[in-house]
Amino acid sequence: MAEEKSIFSNDHPFKIVFMAVVLCLVGSVLVSAAAIGLRPQQEANARLSKQTNILQVAGLYQSPSTVGSIYNERIEPRIVDLRTGQFSDAVDPATYDEVVATRDPAMSDALTKDKDPAQIKRKAHYATVYLVKGDAGYETVIIPVHGYGLWSTLYGFIALKPDGNEIVGLQFYQHAETPGLGGEVDNPSWRAQWPGKKLYDGDALKIEVVKTGASGDYKVDGLAGATLTSAGVNNLVRYWAGQDGFGPFLKNLAEELAANG
Amino acid sequence: MADKKKLVLDPVLENNPVILQTLGICSALAVTSSLQVSLIMCLALTSVTAFSNLFISLIRHHIPGSIRIIIQMVIIASLVIVVDQILKAFAPDVSKTLSVFVGLIITNCIVMGRAEAYAMANPPIPSFLDGIGNGLGYSALLVSVAIVRELFGAGKLLGVVILPTVNNGGWYVPNGLLLLPPSAFFIIGCIIWAMRSWKPKQREKVDHQILHVQVSEHA
Repeated sequence: MAEEKSIFSNDHPFKIVFMAVVLCLVGSVLVSAAAIGLRPQQEANARLSKQTNILQVAGLYQSPSTVGSIYNERIEPRIVDLRTGQFSDAVDPATYDEVVATRDPAMSDALTKDKDPAQIKRKAHYATVYLVKGDAGYETVIIPVHGYGLWSTLYGFIALKPDGNEIVGLQFYQHAETPGLGGEVDNPSWRAQWPGKKLYDGDALKIEVVKTGASGDYKVDGLAGATLTSAGVNNLVRYWAGQDGFGPFLKNLAEELAANG
Repeated sequence: MADKKKLVLDPVLENNPVILQTLGICSALAVTSSLQVSLIMCLALTSVTAFSNLFISLIRHHIPGSIRIIIQMVIIASLVIVVDQILKAFAPDVSKTLSVFVGLIITNCIVMGRAEAYAMANPPIPSFLDGIGNGLGYSALLVSVAIVRELFGAGKLLGVVILPTVNNGGWYVPNGLLLLPPSAFFIIGCIIWAMRSWKPKQREKVDHQILHVQVSEHA
């Protein structure tokens, strides 16, 4: 009979299992420690990046160091119930996460194909809007928008005058479109077309991204070489500005502000 | 002492992991369109290679041969996740640009290659230095490629304008191809060619030579 192997020899099954278990434990402790230890810093970064984007779309951005103070002073997040178009206190704007809510059947609705031009599949009941406070009441209202482009869902903000019609700015903070083509949605000279354009003519939704030759108050040139991304931007802007998006809310807000001021 | 110096410096010129062994090409194509991103990637890869070599070498006598690759992977993967988390916390912008390529350090052939070829058979300190050296070799190539690509592709270095481009009112017409991944192939190819002309020892032996054999006639 062959010589019995020592339990500590590298070829013994005990040693093999022992090494595997010990290493997995050490590895997972290391990884968890890093993930948990660094989470506050990562969350601060995410918050700063979101606040920076909100200030940029509202045209208030100055420098990285002033983001926090300007944001706290000027920006007021509010929850809107997209089903009624009214402000709501059902959830806390400080903790509400629309992306999480969109996955929760109790907090969102599935959209049928014909009701889903922006290809978002599910829509949350509540959305966070950001009001910009000025010396004389609210200056700007910022609505979050998202929709599918060519490769990815584009997430962004549209800033509007308090009349809920004239655009102050449009900016995407997250997308994965082709750099140099669809990725040019980030290009400042393309985004510069949006300020001054209007969403509605009376009650009719008129804003549109056209292939080329945009003129007037309602048309914006699409991106050269990025037909599908441009169509995606067109769909998502029109969807969120429309009856199923923030349309009713913007109308209510404009009436409310006009009545107060 | 001379040995240690050799361990660190040899992989840079004499035995470069990318130029001589053509390992780690995929990330060299993906991240070199800007110098800043490349530098962070080099730092990440160098630290992962050095520390994975160190840890694997420390336990090399206790690694059962039958699961040694899995053990190497566990160590490398844990280190890469830690590096990824650190980048997300302290360099969020760069981390966003690098996206999956930090995670893909796990599969970078240089890291596993050094673990398997060197750390499994050598003491911890030389293994650590070998990791640093190979990381530097990878870095040397990435930085050279990134300098060419960012300078001639975007007219900038580290975001500072060197050649003012036509779009921004300057005179330089940037070469857009250099910003796309295939251009890195051409640049790496040229570097390999230059290195092998300078140091003919690095040329590979021909695998299959056609031999002129006289076939003897049967009697």
